[in-house]
Amino acid sequence: MAGIVGYGAYIPRNRITADEIARQWGKDPDSIRGGLLLQEKSVPGLDEDTITISVAAGLHALERAGLDPQRVGALYIGSESHPYAVKPSGTVVAEALDIGPEVHVADFEFACKAGTEAMFVALGLVESGRMEYAMAIGADTSQGAPGDALEFSASAGGTAYIFGREELMAEVVDAVSYTTDTPDFWRREGAFYPRHGGRFTGEPAYFQHVLSASRLILERTGLKAADFRYAVFHMPNGKFPLSAGKQLGFTREQLEPGWIVPTMGNTYSGSSPTGLAATLDVVEADQLVLITSFGSGAASDSFVLRTTELLVERRGRAPGVRAMLDGPRRYLTYGEYVKVREKIRMND
Amino acid sequence: MRDVAMVGAGMTHFGELWNLSLRELFAEAALAALESAGADHLDGLWVGNMSAGQFVGQEHIGPMLVEQLGMSGVPATRVESACASGGMALRAAWLEVASGQSEIVMAAGVEKMNDGADVTAVLASAADQEAEVYHGITFPGLYAMIARAHMAAHGTTEEDMAWVAVKNHRHGALNPHAQFRREITVEDVLGSSLVAEPLRLLNCSPVSDGAAAVLLVPLTRAHEFTDRPVRILGSGAATAAMALADRADPATLDAVMTSASRAYRMAGIQPAQIDVAEVHDCFSIAEICCTGAMGLTDGCNPAHAARSGFTALGGRRPVNTSGGLKAKGHPVGATGVAQAIEIFEQLRGEAGDRQVPDAHIGATQNMGGSGASSVVHVFARG
Repeated sequence: MAGIVGYGAYIPRNRITADEIARQWGKDPDSIRGGLLLQEKSVPGLDEDTITISVAAGLHALERAGLDPQRVGALYIGSESHPYAVKPSGTVVAEALDIGPEVHVADFEFACKAGTEAMFVALGLVESGRMEYAMAIGADTSQGAPGDALEFSASAGGTAYIFGREELMAEVVDAVSYTTDTPDFWRREGAFYPRHGGRFTGEPAYFQHVLSASRLILERTGLKAADFRYAVFHMPNGKFPLSAGKQLGFTREQLEPGWIVPTMGNTYSGSSPTGLAATLDVVEADQLVLITSFGSGAASDSFVLRTTELLVERRGRAPGVRAMLDGPRRYLTYGEYVKVREKIRMND
Repeated sequence: MRDVAMVGAGMTHFGELWNLSLRELFAEAALAALESAGADHLDGLWVGNMSAGQFVGQEHIGPMLVEQLGMSGVPATRVESACASGGMALRAAWLEVASGQSEIVMAAGVEKMNDGADVTAVLASAADQEAEVYHGITFPGLYAMIARAHMAAHGTTEEDMAWVAVKNHRHGALNPHAQFRREITVEDVLGSSLVAEPLRLLNCSPVSDGAAAVLLVPLTRAHEFTDRPVRILGSGAATAAMALADRADPATLDAVMTSASRAYRMAGIQPAQIDVAEVHDCFSIAEICCTGAMGLTDGCNPAHAARSGFTALGGRRPVNTSGGLKAKGHPVGATGVAQAIEIFEQLRGEAGDRQVPDAHIGATQNMGGSGASSVVHVFARG
């Protein structure tokens, strides 16, 4: 049986509130807080990107696993904000974490599901016996065009998972993927900001895939919502995961620990992996946890995990998600925000 | 001119129908209409459609749609009068049968709005480009100016407008075809986000996909198709200045008034005889303006008619029992035909929980742009 032997998250300290963004665009902050259930979001610092976030998250994962990085045979990073269009993020992260050079490295992209995509592949390699340990990271400095609804949610952060076959913090009971050609959100080569199909991103995209993948894994495992201690669904805003959970029969209480979007925002590839990390930070041993991601284009990956005593024993070795969300924060004005996000066009 | 009857009807659900294309929407409604009347052929098709060219890049939809029915060869023509396209298609079909030219003619309407187009910009192409749109205004802005003018001239309040939306949502909750089947409160409307002051989100009809179709035949042949035909007693159309600024009073919709009086005259009725009506509530202020212009509130202030229950189900003259454009949905080219279907069902006693008891005479009013075109039909139990 394969599973998670270590995990670690990282969320930058910078924040901007929904009120501050709404004020710039003459939008009603109450409708953002009340409708999309978004209060504030994390923002990367000037010197932070998907690579630095991945390194920080990877270090935390290695600390929890208590693992010699040289034993990690694969490193996969899922993101839609890899700093380079051509040149891997993974090579920098591997060197910084002292992983390799005897390591298989790849950068993944599948909109917001690239993180669980990396997890899916890492898990498979460990299950097959080809690798002893494999690390998968979902991280993003999410993009959203100024004035777009996405600007209220697109945030920064990420989480790393190390998969192995021994000393598991959580065993993976099953994993499934559900994929169709549904172009609801995209960024063309060379474009600075993504575009989306507005309301098309809802029912035919997010809900169809999240609900289908979740139902598929429940059917395969013979489990029902009430069997789970907690569940995590991809969080493009506050409302969608609550609605998806409700439609699947989960209670609000089952979603609570992983529902971190109101104060973190949507970290795209890092969203559901970080929600899972926040859940692993608090869940008891021998409990079932469901995670279902969503990536536009579109697909969802679902995993059923069963936690172990080792999770409770070792999780204190690295900072928890809530500590980073609720800990020291630096609030930016919109002007500072557009500066650090490099949204101002400067002369060279 | 000979008497014409409506003998069959079919429509799709209205809403965000992501998995249905323009032609599939039309086919579903048209086949249902043919089946309901047991008809196996058409002599003509008139299809109301505002802007398939801009919404889905498809012009020349007449032959394309009639081909969906396996009836290539039958004359088929698209009718365009912005949001009144459906009502004008019904009028064209009625004229074709009334003139004696054809026996079995379909009036249909279809619009596929949810397919990635900039809907507000497409709809704005129905306003005066040089006088209005060039300066940046869109339809919510135009109707906001109509609302402001109405408030100034008649003392209409935001709460009056909210009541129209509340009433129509209450009706829509009873309509299985409606996009929104949930009730809302005055507080919900007044607390919804501003779109164009004083219009809020819940004062505005939604963006919808949908299609509707009815079958018209000479009254003398109606019983070949149904036991309960609905007669078209009158049809009236009119136009007014395209730009609001070119109208004597922006709070008065002259084209609605003129089209109604023409339809009433042809039908030989007074508005007080109408038992049930569907009017063009693209924004809640429009229902107030239109019921006033059509004389549907028996001299009472039309701004108070929804709040007092006069135009609600159970009231003296229920208006928009279907939920109206607000709650049923507004696939612009299909709206005028869907209005006729609601009256068809009401007069046949088939409206279920929305049934107006003992309805004998019904009317529809369908409007284009900010009121530059309007078409009114009067119907009676066969």
